[in-house]
Amino acid sequence: MPATPSGSLTAPSRATGRHRSLWMDVWLAFRNHTGALAGAGVFIAIALAVAVGPLIHTVDPHYLDILAKNQGPSLKHPMGTDNLGRDTLAQVLAGGRISLAVGFTAMFIALVLGTLVGVLAGFFRGLDGLLMRLTDMFLALPLLPLLLVVIMLFRDSLRAAFGPETGIFLLVVFIIGITSWMQTARIVRGDVLALREREFVTAARSIGTRRRRIITRHILPNVLSPIMVSATLGIANAIITESALSFLGLGFPPDFPTWGRLLFDGANFISVTPARVLWPGLAISLTVLSVNYIGDGLRDALDPRLRGA
Amino acid sequence: MTAAEEDRQVEPVAGPASRQPVLSVRDLRTRFRTPDGAVHAVNGIGFDLHEGELLGVVGESGSGKSVTMLSLLKLLPMPPAEIVSGQALLDGEDLLALDPARLRHVRGAKVGFIFQDPMASLNPVLSVGYQLTEPLRTHLGLSRRAARRRAAALLEGVGIPAADSRLGDFPHQFSGGMRQRVMIAMALACDPKVLIADEPTTALDATIQAQILDLLQRLRRERGMAIVWITHDLGVVAGLADRVMVMYGGQAVERADVRSLYARPQHPYTRSLLRALPKIEGGSRGERLASIPGQPPTLVRAPDACPFAPRCAHAFARCHAENPALAAVTESHEVACWYDAEAGVPRAA
Repeated sequence: MPATPSGSLTAPSRATGRHRSLWMDVWLAFRNHTGALAGAGVFIAIALAVAVGPLIHTVDPHYLDILAKNQGPSLKHPMGTDNLGRDTLAQVLAGGRISLAVGFTAMFIALVLGTLVGVLAGFFRGLDGLLMRLTDMFLALPLLPLLLVVIMLFRDSLRAAFGPETGIFLLVVFIIGITSWMQTARIVRGDVLALREREFVTAARSIGTRRRRIITRHILPNVLSPIMVSATLGIANAIITESALSFLGLGFPPDFPTWGRLLFDGANFISVTPARVLWPGLAISLTVLSVNYIGDGLRDALDPRLRGA
Repeated sequence: MTAAEEDRQVEPVAGPASRQPVLSVRDLRTRFRTPDGAVHAVNGIGFDLHEGELLGVVGESGSGKSVTMLSLLKLLPMPPAEIVSGQALLDGEDLLALDPARLRHVRGAKVGFIFQDPMASLNPVLSVGYQLTEPLRTHLGLSRRAARRRAAALLEGVGIPAADSRLGDFPHQFSGGMRQRVMIAMALACDPKVLIADEPTTALDATIQAQILDLLQRLRRERGMAIVWITHDLGVVAGLADRVMVMYGGQAVERADVRSLYARPQHPYTRSLLRALPKIEGGSRGERLASIPGQPPTLVRAPDACPFAPRCAHAFARCHAENPALAAVTESHEVACWYDAEAGVPRAA
């Protein structure tokens, strides 16, 4: 009979109810992960600033004040102004909304696609070859010509259907999503291939578990770690890709500030007003870093082996 | 045989001959297709299993013990595995001919399976409670709450203290012996008629092994379950089994009542195996243990000769040309060999 030193520690939370205690355990583990907690703090701060900031700092990001161009930080313009006299802080706040939305949505699409393809390819031998060749094909596709074609084909119809902003948003998110799922798919497939041969999967089959349930309850939770990591990296990637698209004139229109666009526009004026590069760059870096830490902490907290006794 | 195992009482055999067997396997053949050709893993295995009976299946690694049992429930990866022929009647139903839905029901509900390595057989990221309630909810359609109650009772039944509070724990919070108990509880969850135990104590130390053996003996008495016990430990079989099937090269080479097998082993392979056991009394110190020369067969050849012939001290021309079938020596003892080891002469053709 094994000694159970953990028993006394976790007993109080057990008494309150089984289902809740599991999430309580996850939360307790997450709380003990200093990096994750700090990351969550920073990320919440950024999200809050982006969400309510424009209500406090009520300067129109599109307002041109040509007399006050290329200014340094001042009370009126805490982050200075650009070469057309637009307020940088207002632009960063407005741009954050789009950048964050694009980052998360695109990451989500890539994640779902990648996980789906990876699990199917790993679990069903018959689909493996086909799906992995498809993945290779997507990896080998020349991205820029593809993007040009897709945008030429769909921009106008999407704009007509959803309005200029939503239309472009959908287009950008969709394009980033379908061009960045391949790494996730490969990682997940590799893990599923290994997991499928594990004895606990045979054990689950031996008690008559359905295949769908084996995939969702036995395989998926075990590939959560790599999925989590590629998710956090995916957000960073999506934000950067969006800025590259905007830079090429394929993304949001020029008067539409996003972090990536601000960064690229500001790069030309780095010697005049370095703040124009610094702030959007800092915003992107902090977001990516904090999301990475959150993902790291979540992964550790969700894995019972790492959660510890 | 060790002293501990001699102490354990052999269960009386409850005259199985008259009754209908629970599980009846006939001429099971399983092959693996590999790039280097087919591997004949199981070649015409057959056995009967009666209610409350414990059949010991012994043989060295690679003799096809596990593949035979996994084939019955189609738990092998197919392809490359392929069941070429055979019949496995459970309650008049041929397991090998069932459709997938029906087969899922048989797995778990009618046949329980315990695997060798308790460390690897439980999913590390799911709580023990979830894994225990899974078969209950799948097969018996119990509600979440009822399944939890039943799961706690099951854990209690396999000797895990404070079972109710341990349902939320994860496998890594259990020791090896405890995990094997959990596996047993899982296999027993739906009261199966047949329990297949694939070397359930190999990964455990001797003390825990004795506890698990006692536990399964008790459960068998209480539930009248038929058990197939795969092992390569002849000592365990002697203390536990009613009947024994000795396997070699994917075939049954000897099948007998446990007393008869140990008292009068017929097949040269069985005799060598028994000679290879260390003895407690007698034998001078420093004496080397007897071993069987040669390697187990690779099974890439179709079984057209006695698989043991290359390693057999008594092999003669016929052994290399013809594969012997099981033939009765006495009422409860069958052997597949061209050589009569007791008389020391070849059997009459």
